[in-house]
Amino acid sequence: MYVIVAGGGKVGANVTRSLLRLGHEVTLVEQRRDRFERLEDEFEHQVQRGDATELYVLERAGIARPPDVVLALTGDDEDNLVIGQIARERYGVPKVIARVNDPRNQAHFDLLGVSPTVSATSSVMALVEHEVPEHELIHLLELRRENLEIVEVEIDADSPSAGKSVEALALPEGSRLISVMRGGRAEIAVGSTVLEVGDQVLAILEPGKEDELRRVLLRR
Amino acid sequence: MAGRTLKALIIGCGRVGSAIALQLQQEGWEVTVVDENEDALSRLGESWPGTFIVGHGMDADLLRDAGIEEADAVVVATDGDNTNIVIGQVAQKRFDVRCVVVRVLDPARARFYAQRGLNTVCPTSVAIERLLEAARACALPPTAAEAAEELAR
Repeated sequence: MYVIVAGGGKVGANVTRSLLRLGHEVTLVEQRRDRFERLEDEFEHQVQRGDATELYVLERAGIARPPDVVLALTGDDEDNLVIGQIARERYGVPKVIARVNDPRNQAHFDLLGVSPTVSATSSVMALVEHEVPEHELIHLLELRRENLEIVEVEIDADSPSAGKSVEALALPEGSRLISVMRGGRAEIAVGSTVLEVGDQVLAILEPGKEDELRRVLLRR
Repeated sequence: MAGRTLKALIIGCGRVGSAIALQLQQEGWEVTVVDENEDALSRLGESWPGTFIVGHGMDADLLRDAGIEEADAVVVATDGDNTNIVIGQVAQKRFDVRCVVVRVLDPARARFYAQRGLNTVCPTSVAIERLLEAARACALPPTAAEAAEELAR
């Protein structure tokens, strides 16, 4: 596999090292001189110096071949977006993976069709939500292409849904309960499933329906 | 439409953005300027009558607060080509602004995004053209004496 990695910071350098170890062909592009010189000691001709948002720099790195994958891993979301667009739309690179530094910029990546994306901040936050019980509605998975997400809710004694069957709940349109975990065992949620205090409920819903779902299940 | 005040949103208040803001304001536009740096306000003179917002143009909430949804024109002229390219596309595709103009210094990127429907203005290309024209104008036609000498050979 041929991979161009844009951005030789911690992420880009470690990814490059890992890819090389797996036997892939990699060209790493780094703009800053100090970083480039350090990287050159390790990666030799496999690292090039330049601004990976400049077409001639990308061409020198072999983008016209085109590579199987371009990884846009700089610390700048604007740069990663532009690298992604140029790689896909101008050079027909089949796969682009972009790093999102500020999760608030995720919407821009979605809007401009640069996907998939990875964001360390979002991953950490998802883990925090999962580990910290005060966050009553835990985001487990985002299905970006489907525009759906899967969340987990724990039913407690104050929940208006406790003691009610699924079919008796006025769930918001665009949401469904998937499963109920009780006493370490999960079962698929059907209309007749009765929710109990302590249940961990998985739901699938359209983004933006979280508050409605929370109201129905938890009244908060 | 006649008599309605036109609204402009200018992202980036450097030499270029501030000059555009001042000019449009003088022409009767209602102008809002956004810049990351508070000090950039001084480029708009002592008593800027328009709106000035400190913040980053990548921030969609800020763009909304700055009135992007009602803007007749958005001019993106920060000092970063890629920042301008992204903000310009967000203005066009997310906020449906009909008239978006984006400054891109790199001619290659300006051309690529122009092909994709973004109205890019590339000062570098303009400078190259003008300088070329000026250089060519230096090649004056031969004098009569030189022409006669040429003929005599």
